[in-house]
Amino acid sequence: MGANISLAFHLERIDQSGHPFALDFRADFPATGITVLYGASGSGKTTLLRAIAGLERVEKGRIKVGNNVWQSDELFIPTHKRSLGYVFQESSLFNHLRIKANLDYAYKRSYRADPQFYAQIIELLGIESLLNRFPAQISGGERQRVAIARSLLARPKFLLMDEPLASLDEARKQEILPYFERIHTEFEFPILYVTHSINELMRLADHVLVIDQGRLLKQGDPVKVFSQGEIPEQGEEAGVLLQGKVVAHDQQWHLALMQLTGGELWVRDTGCAQGESMRVRVQARDVSLSLSPHSDSSILNRLAVEVVNIQASRDPAVAQVQVKAGEDYLLARITRKSVDQLGLKVGMSIWAQIKSAAVIR
Amino acid sequence: MLSDSDFLAIWLTLKLATTVTLLLLLIGTPIAWWLSRTRSWWKAPVNALVALPLVLPPTVIGFYLLMAFSPNGWLGQLTQTLGLGTLPFTFWGLVVASVIYSMPFVIQPIQNAMEALDDRPLEVAATLGASPLDRFFTVVLPITRPGFVTAAILGFAHTVGEFGVVLMIGGNIPGETRVVSVQIYDHVEALDYAQAHSLSALMVTFSLLVLIGLYLFQRKGNYSFMRYGV
Repeated sequence: MGANISLAFHLERIDQSGHPFALDFRADFPATGITVLYGASGSGKTTLLRAIAGLERVEKGRIKVGNNVWQSDELFIPTHKRSLGYVFQESSLFNHLRIKANLDYAYKRSYRADPQFYAQIIELLGIESLLNRFPAQISGGERQRVAIARSLLARPKFLLMDEPLASLDEARKQEILPYFERIHTEFEFPILYVTHSINELMRLADHVLVIDQGRLLKQGDPVKVFSQGEIPEQGEEAGVLLQGKVVAHDQQWHLALMQLTGGELWVRDTGCAQGESMRVRVQARDVSLSLSPHSDSSILNRLAVEVVNIQASRDPAVAQVQVKAGEDYLLARITRKSVDQLGLKVGMSIWAQIKSAAVIR
Repeated sequence: MLSDSDFLAIWLTLKLATTVTLLLLLIGTPIAWWLSRTRSWWKAPVNALVALPLVLPPTVIGFYLLMAFSPNGWLGQLTQTLGLGTLPFTFWGLVVASVIYSMPFVIQPIQNAMEALDDRPLEVAATLGASPLDRFFTVVLPITRPGFVTAAILGFAHTVGEFGVVLMIGGNIPGETRVVSVQIYDHVEALDYAQAHSLSALMVTFSLLVLIGLYLFQRKGNYSFMRYGV
């Protein structure tokens, strides 16, 4: 087993609007890859991240990153002595410095100078052409890329990202997401990525920590954590993550066949080789249920499933039905009227039709 | 137009104002920083103390300083023990009095600039490995520079323009405590209106130019780089 990161924080206070806020969070997770800290706004994600960085002083806290203890009962290492990188939610560049000087600020304070590394980071984030400008002269997406580059130049042993895409529009998000994947493959340090976006989570996570009201609700492999649809606050975005190996390609129609434990799924061919593992996301609103396998519809994917659970949702007209195919779970968002008309009951064998499955990676 | 003693007074005034401004920037910066960041109960009283010279007649400040500086006063005792002699009617006595008298004009602009400074750039600097002192010099000072420029200009100009405190504590010793404002007073007392007029016109011109310079600077700077988070 590799090194671990372990956290424990306990905090109770009244926030600015007068509401009590409690954080009682413990977790142990692997010190590799991207760990996504997922939760609704107000669940304590940012407070937790700030506590890890030492920006917020939580009296009762412990943090251990690999073999380095950052905080314990008798120890509190100040932020500037922790080998970390921190990417803030909104632009956090020094507005009085040019981009180059912003990057140098981190580089000069890192433990060793390495011009090759400096050049590598600038190339990795594609910010060569921005170096002589001021932060106010570049776009929001570019500013965030510079902020990420700057955090990397500090040579972090642990990189913390607080909703780095939240302040950007959809196009800018798509522009930046691939950079995270590159960072992930090029560097070995662990990343803790805070978000309330399921899309970002599904795309980036190697490991998930779900936080709810200051507590750790669930953690583990994202496919497992998100297979059962018990994660709160997903709302319209509810869905599951499926993972499987590519077993065949259909050149003519540009499709790939993915093997699941309880069937097969045709998805868009994104160039995955045979035998490679693929991750797809199926949203509850894209799944419909029927009692028999219709083949006279446009829907390509249908799986024989068993009803596991029928849950009311916030919307009084809609129910969320959880079904199981082999070891894989699916969620279907259908009207309560349909539940009644089909006579759905837990344990029934029916068919799930999957209208679309988004290939995540 | 200007006599030798006028030039001596001008030279002395500039020397006094420069010394006082530099000293106030040194003393005022930590006080302004503390005032801008503290949540202590002491903030209000200290703020009031700093602002006191704005509302008190200079004669009151001069009077109490004179008492304190006198050979039997507590400050007088201290300076004598330290072998500095007594301060009234000396240049350094004037410096101490002016530092107190001009304090709000230096501390308040710096404090305002520091209060407008967001915590975020400081936090960012900390995550990039900058120690507290490093952060002060590389983040706080550059971002609040407009406040410092305003403070220096106002502190300098205000010291040049003081009269009451000087008269109380410094008296009228050529080359030691006779600054321009006192020199003008002397000319008027001697009914030498032409001399008084040349020096007064010089003061008006100087003050006007300084203030125009200050407002041009503030307009150009627009303080826009003090806003964070775009």
